[in-house]
Amino acid sequence: MKKAIAISSGAAALCLMVTPLLAEPDDDSLVINEELQMVTETEAPDHLEYVNTIYSGWRFRTDETQALQLDDFDNPAMLTVDAAIDAFNTVDGSEGKSCASCHAGPEDFAGLTASMPKVIDGKLVVMEDLLNNHRAKAMGAEPWKWSGQEMQGMVALIGLQSRGMPVDVAIDGEAAPFWEKGKEIYYTRYGQLELSCANCHEDNYGNMIRADHLSQGQINGFPTYRLKQAKLISKHNRFRGCIRDTRAETFAEGSDEFRALELYVQSRGNGLSVETPAVRQ
Amino acid sequence: MKKLLFVAATAAVTALPIHADTVAPTNVAFSDGAVSGSLTGVAGDPAEGRILMNKGSGNCIACHAVSALDDLPFHGEIGPPLDGVADRWSEAELRGIIANAKEMFPETMMPSFYKTTGFVRPGNAYTGKAAEGELDPLLTAQQVEDVVAYLLTLKE
Ligand code: HEC
Ligand code: HEC
Ligand code: HEC
Repeated sequence: MKKAIAISSGAAALCLMVTPLLAEPDDDSLVINEELQMVTETEAPDHLEYVNTIYSGWRFRTDETQALQLDDFDNPAMLTVDAAIDAFNTVDGSEGKSCASCHAGPEDFAGLTASMPKVIDGKLVVMEDLLNNHRAKAMGAEPWKWSGQEMQGMVALIGLQSRGMPVDVAIDGEAAPFWEKGKEIYYTRYGQLELSCANCHEDNYGNMIRADHLSQGQINGFPTYRLKQAKLISKHNRFRGCIRDTRAETFAEGSDEFRALELYVQSRGNGLSVETPAVRQ
Repeated sequence: MKKLLFVAATAAVTALPIHADTVAPTNVAFSDGAVSGSLTGVAGDPAEGRILMNKGSGNCIACHAVSALDDLPFHGEIGPPLDGVADRWSEAELRGIIANAKEMFPETMMPSFYKTTGFVRPGNAYTGKAAEGELDPLLTAQQVEDVVAYLLTLKE
């Protein structure tokens, strides 16, 4: 906000012209509940060719938005997470079982989100797939809608068990072909505006695009609670929005293209802390 | 988003009728990134151009700061500020940059405003659905002339 006003003055505009350096993310440090120190900035993983340092999206948000993530009592995502705890213990489906019938508690899944997506039986699997497979096979229950609040609440509850752990997703071996496909999508300039993810989130992070302060488009905080929509947003929903805004035909949530893109984008965040559930404007 | 669509729709309507001597998007002749003749034969209107710099199909200030448009909020930092742009570029060069900036700056992030082919998964405006039939350019030929006319007022 401050920045946008500053640029519209001629003098500042001239400065920008002679120093076309990236505007840096802020210097704030993220400690949750006064005890959990998060890594919001670290050396980029080796596979990144054009970026030296990776940053959490939190570092690009205003102080007001940042504050909502400092304490779980202020974090509006926690209401949906609480609903997921109830769902975990509630019987659903033809088998008469709840998650709790077979799993002691969500704590059982500590570390899982930090390593997702991953290849299981030759298929690239994201958390939403695990949950719906389980509901169908173990419980005889109806699948949850991909970006619905039941699904994203459970994705967030399981992600919370990895909060503070470094993102560490495998990109070699069986994952390699999926990762390559995701990378190709990341660098493709889609739509009538011909913009790739990299145009905005690699070449221009730190810069303003209209009223938005561009981040690196990391997904270590997903699902995120978006204040504008007042609910949890899935990764695929965010991807869809970003591609739609290039005046392109998007891919569907839960498509193989978005699974591959999720793996690739997640790998660009290897080393950042899992921040789930993060809060965004 | 609804607003954007609305602006784009009215723009298309007011741009009619198309003059017989309008150069089609697929027929624009670039020379070193510049386009020498008018696309329509009708002089551009800088006041219309000023409006197009803001929201809607132009949305230039999403990426560029312009001091003369200080009354509008939120100027972007993706491209260079456009102050004094008429001192740096000729009318023909500016027309070329607006029509298809990739002719002047290969690989640039700036969209091609008077181009209708060669896109990957083009959409139906901002719906996220596939485009139906032929695409309209982001700006009509006359709107390109209007924006050029406005840019020519940006002298230092
Ligand atoms: C009938 C027993 C049963 C029920 C009910 C059940 N699960 Fe599971 N779950 C398992 C077993 C067994 C595994 C390990 C083998 C596998 O992956 O299928 C597992 C694995 C998982 C995993 C993957 C763990 C990993 O490390 O890969 C997740 C996540 C999970 N369950 C979540 C849930 C949730 C959430 C629910 C409720 C919506 C649920 N499960 C209901 C038996 C069950
Ligand atoms: C025209 C520019 C643009 C393009 C192209 C674009 N995005 Fe974004 N994206 C944004 C803006 C603006 C935001 C909101 C501010 C921010 O976090 O950067 C955003 C946010 C995001 C976020 C949320 C980050 C967070 O911390 O909450 C993710 C993830 C993301 N984008 C991924 C992508 C992916 C993947 C692609 C390519 C398919 C893409 N974006 C293409 C502009 C763009
Ligand atoms: C998505 C961002 C984006 C949008 C939208 C955009 N531009 Fe640009 N523009 C750029 C970039 C980036 C450059 C720098 C060229 C390069 O890549 O080297 C540029 C360069 C220019 C230049 C040359 C400036 C100079 O001083 O050298 C002009 C003139 C220009 N743009 C005008 C416009 C106008 C008029 C519009 C709206 C119709 C517009 N741009 C929309 C990104 C954009």
